[in-house]
Amino acid sequence: MTVSPLIALVGNPNAGKSALFNALTGARQKLGNYPGVTVERKSGRLMLNDGRPVELVDLPGTYSLTPTSPDEQVTRDVVLGKQAGERLPDALVIVIDASNLENHLRFVLELLDLGLPTVVALNMVDLATRDGLELDAGVLSTKLGVPVIPTVAVRKRGLDHLIQAIEPLIGDGAVPLREKQPERDFAARQVRARELARAAIVSETPSRRLTQAVDSVALHPVAGPLLLLALLFLMFQAVYAWSEAPIAMIEGWAAALGDFATSQTPPGLLRSFLVDGVINGVGSVVVFLPQILILFFFILMLEATGYMTRAAFLMDGLMARVGLSGRAFIPLLSSFACAVPGIMATRSISDPKDRLTTILIAPMMTCSARLPVYAVIIGAFIPARDVGGGVGLQGLVLFSLYLGGIVGAMVVALVLRRTVAKGTSSGFLMEMPKYQWPQPQDILLGLWQRAVIFLKRAGTIIFASTVILWLLLSFPKPPAGSDISPVSYSAAGRIAGVLNVVMEPIGFNRDISLALIPAMAAREVAVSALATTYSIDAGDDEAALDRSLGERLSHAWSLPTALAFLAWFVFAPQCISTIAVTRRETNGWRWPAFMVAYLFALAYVAAGVTYWTAVAAGL
Amino acid sequence: MPLQLNQLPLRQPAWVDRIDWDALSLAEGQRLREFGLCEGASVEALHRAGFLSGGALACRVGRMTIAMRRSHACAIMVRTEDRAIDEPAVPDSGGQSAAA
Repeated sequence: MTVSPLIALVGNPNAGKSALFNALTGARQKLGNYPGVTVERKSGRLMLNDGRPVELVDLPGTYSLTPTSPDEQVTRDVVLGKQAGERLPDALVIVIDASNLENHLRFVLELLDLGLPTVVALNMVDLATRDGLELDAGVLSTKLGVPVIPTVAVRKRGLDHLIQAIEPLIGDGAVPLREKQPERDFAARQVRARELARAAIVSETPSRRLTQAVDSVALHPVAGPLLLLALLFLMFQAVYAWSEAPIAMIEGWAAALGDFATSQTPPGLLRSFLVDGVINGVGSVVVFLPQILILFFFILMLEATGYMTRAAFLMDGLMARVGLSGRAFIPLLSSFACAVPGIMATRSISDPKDRLTTILIAPMMTCSARLPVYAVIIGAFIPARDVGGGVGLQGLVLFSLYLGGIVGAMVVALVLRRTVAKGTSSGFLMEMPKYQWPQPQDILLGLWQRAVIFLKRAGTIIFASTVILWLLLSFPKPPAGSDISPVSYSAAGRIAGVLNVVMEPIGFNRDISLALIPAMAAREVAVSALATTYSIDAGDDEAALDRSLGERLSHAWSLPTALAFLAWFVFAPQCISTIAVTRRETNGWRWPAFMVAYLFALAYVAAGVTYWTAVAAGL
Repeated sequence: MPLQLNQLPLRQPAWVDRIDWDALSLAEGQRLREFGLCEGASVEALHRAGFLSGGALACRVGRMTIAMRRSHACAIMVRTEDRAIDEPAVPDSGGQSAAA
């Protein structure tokens, strides 16, 4: 079988490259990683009109082939054929923003000098028209010597022409490699790009500037930060308010499935495995899918509209005070959904110390995997009463947990930038893209990819740790007639007993110590582990089995213990994926080891202080 | 009379007169060039960030909007006098040229 030709999509950031990639490949996308770096490799299959398949790879956006960050390095190496794990593309599709010709053409000239077969997608021509620009693609094509196809990726306009232009570039060698040009320097390219842009612009009239009008509010010195706060508030409110109904639905399905399994299996090991282990364990995690998707929905929307860089602009001053730049705000905000994409997003930060600090503090942002833990404990221990002004006590506790993580992260950043990640203050230079209304299909595709990742995790890591825990909890069985609980007698119970010597001073009991071990795989496993533990512990006690996990916890734990447990999870680095991605990102075990150590130390102290204070206060 | 971009009143069109490349790091200089900020480029200060920010500035360069810190804006000298649109602009290629 022959390998399909490889075509690389390349262009400046904000040229609409990803929208074009989505439009060309639809849902037939593959996410992976380049070996040795965490830069995501996004590829997809495209069928040409003559039936030939080609592989399309979406390269990270960059302004030139002189990289300033790891993702820009990948783009350079791929188009030069130097990237490990990637062959030299057979052709390039260069995507440029029609309303920013001069700037984007400079990069086109640099890429054309490489001599690869090329077609240029003159993208977002509709926005250029909106901005009063009329362009002649034919002139541009003649002057550049390659096809230039006007496109509107988000409306799927011009795609057929683009595919037709790609066809002759690949395959049977009918189109020879263009001659490699002697390299022009930056200034020469700049002058040439300006000439080309002037030649291609037919007319330029002043027009309404939507982006400026929105920015006059979004970047206003007073209204801007208030709008940002309001958006963040809305985002975290929505995570709860919008998720109630879908969560109840999933819970209903899990319960029905549990009942069905109970009715179909004889009492004994198999039933315990299916109901206590698999359905209770995995189900207690899958139930949080709606909240995770809502959080990602907001983050994808903020990115797709172009608002995210505005948020970075507004936050730069605050971030600068702890030695970071506004750019770090974007990965940190993504980390509220999940630290793994958050840490991967730091690849756009050019300063290595700035980037390292951001990676090390990202796990303190309250990720969605903590929500199951927080939601169960808060639901069980914090009364749902109004503390005035329509603010609920439960919401307030949750807010303070988020705040605890943020404050902790800022303090740690301040310390790191003065010690292990010492360096000059990094700058903040960013392009602010035009505002755009996001395309529903792009957002849906993003959500679909996140849902698949989450469910895969539930089906693999979480399923495996739940099953192992069930095994350790179920064996050995206490001798008949013994009054020792099955959990205490089990292997897991004994391991937890040893760990509990360390954890007891901060108010943790054996069940918590036990839940923390499998929760090293992922935080939300703590919930499934507690569910499995109390489910097995209840044995055949019908009344106990009917109680929800929250009810069982509120019987078994004191309030100071519950609060200490919450404080622990603000800091504890219990996520194997985060540790793995940190190792890959920092090229070794040194920084992930440092991260795990300092976060566990913080978690221990925070839980201890919370417990002792709560006990002293007589709670 | 040239003045620092930082001192340029908001919404007043201007042209870049000179950039003190030595006041910028190599990477910052490169990025500014890539944004099209070079001698002769048209520029306009649009927004200054508020109380959370230490004076970050959003400005229009050509047809792009870019955000920069006060320290970058201080290194960019601009002119506000009228100038013929077609006057050729000579991009700086000396010093720490990105293409070097």
